[in-house]
Amino acid sequence: MTGLPKPSEHLLRELAPQVLGAIVRRYGNFAAAEDAVQEALLAAAMQWPDEGVPDSPRAWLIHVAARRMTDQLRSEISRRRRETELVRHEPPGFDLAPPPDDGELGEHDDTLLLLFMCCHPVLTPASAIALTLRAVGGLTTAEIANAYLVPEATMAQRISRAKQKIKDSGVPFAMPTEQESGERLASVLHVLYLIFNEGYASSIGEALQRSELVSEALRLTRTVHALLPGDGEASGLLALMLLTDARRSARTNADGELVPLAKQDRALWDRTLIDEGIRLISATLSRGSVGPYQLQAAIAAVHDEALRAEDTDWPQILALYGLLERMTDNPMVTLNRAVAVAMVHGPKAGIELLDTLRDDPRLADHYRLAAVRAHMHEMAGDATAAVTDYLMAARRTTSIPERDYLAAQAAKLAEIFDINRRE
Amino acid sequence: MKYILMMQFPLSLWKTQRLELWPKQDAKAHMDFLKRFNQELIDAGEFVRTEGLGGPEQMKIVRATKSGAAAITDGPFPESKEVLAGYWVIDVETPQRAYELAARASAAPGVGGKPLDMAIEVHPVMFTKACGDE
Repeated sequence: MTGLPKPSEHLLRELAPQVLGAIVRRYGNFAAAEDAVQEALLAAAMQWPDEGVPDSPRAWLIHVAARRMTDQLRSEISRRRRETELVRHEPPGFDLAPPPDDGELGEHDDTLLLLFMCCHPVLTPASAIALTLRAVGGLTTAEIANAYLVPEATMAQRISRAKQKIKDSGVPFAMPTEQESGERLASVLHVLYLIFNEGYASSIGEALQRSELVSEALRLTRTVHALLPGDGEASGLLALMLLTDARRSARTNADGELVPLAKQDRALWDRTLIDEGIRLISATLSRGSVGPYQLQAAIAAVHDEALRAEDTDWPQILALYGLLERMTDNPMVTLNRAVAVAMVHGPKAGIELLDTLRDDPRLADHYRLAAVRAHMHEMAGDATAAVTDYLMAARRTTSIPERDYLAAQAAKLAEIFDINRRE
Repeated sequence: MKYILMMQFPLSLWKTQRLELWPKQDAKAHMDFLKRFNQELIDAGEFVRTEGLGGPEQMKIVRATKSGAAAITDGPFPESKEVLAGYWVIDVETPQRAYELAARASAAPGVGGKPLDMAIEVHPVMFTKACGDE
């Protein structure tokens, strides 16, 4: 025993995928192995504070998880014997398997293998998120349930269904083939992006505890980047998260109200995160083969580089959105490009571009379209149209801080220009 | 995405066709349906909570007044056509899934097993505060 006072949560989370990798490797049953590792993690969280952290925490966890696994298999075997005497075979690998790998070899690859498995395209995003946070992130079901504000039983069920689906689809515990590795990595990055967004978008106002999701997404993306340093999109996503998270404390004021980018107190931005993000994205872009996350990170970097909002290099942002638009079929990108168009060529040009989105069913009723149009009308000096659109946007958003911000914009303009509001 | 599905029972039918007045086997079929529906939501990892509410006889409308004493009146608003009989909060991947589940709830069996086709109001949930949240 090393006599450390408490097991660090960080240590357990770091070890979770390594231990799970070793157990899956030995027993081959991902679903059962995941349960066994979760039990070992809980045992560690209970015992280590009193008994101290073992000299080799990883070996300890593997040992405990393997024992659970063996117990499970034994009871499974006797259950089957009870049910039918004809069943004679034991689960493969039970008696003959070598001891679980206690060495350092392969432990990092396991994290990546598990990510590929937990983010497999057969799973819906919500299932992939839940499974990733538990199996790779080492969070307990209760912690995940708390972060997503659902009952623990619901989250447990979501995780167990995800595991069943993986079992049914026969996804092997192996690296994807070279042909599919691009698509599979894209799924992994997408899931990490969604976890980050869920935490970031709601780490305002009333749901502060979800900043946990932001740090977990960042930690896992750092891991992927460390394991695949040559992958431009993994680097791009990490840079995007760093450059976005850097603005976290400037995003809301003391009353918990949303502060738009142009009005944020840039002294509150985290320069360390910005420097790291900019270094990372600059190095990545210089290597060529640009992807959507890299472009979004580059745009975030241009914003973060401006010491005052009026110093923002909008022509460069416009060019980057132009590239991004060609790469994705996402009307939200066009919407953002329209903002850049308005900043470079004036609000009329921006509104013209927005009008092309009016018939896109993915965006037509979205609050962001109305919010951006409101802002452009305001820039163009058309206060009446701006108020109408701000109010429309406020009615359509499902985010309370967004709604309050948009309603306040409408009220402010209405007061200045003495507009009789008729909703 | 979280949604609340609100089960609206027609007030005009309350006196004559509320659940307690149904033939026993029909009421049981209805309750069995709800049990299965809830279990299915739990199994799908979509369940957040559900509650059934007291009927119009037990409803009050409470309004603060200038005098400080609250005005309490019996029953639903005189102009209402429906009464909120119960609700589910669900957590689903798409709005379409919420509408699909609402349609299933709407078709819950009534007297003689005939679908009730109740109106189900579907609202996105914008804010949740649970006990123990920071």
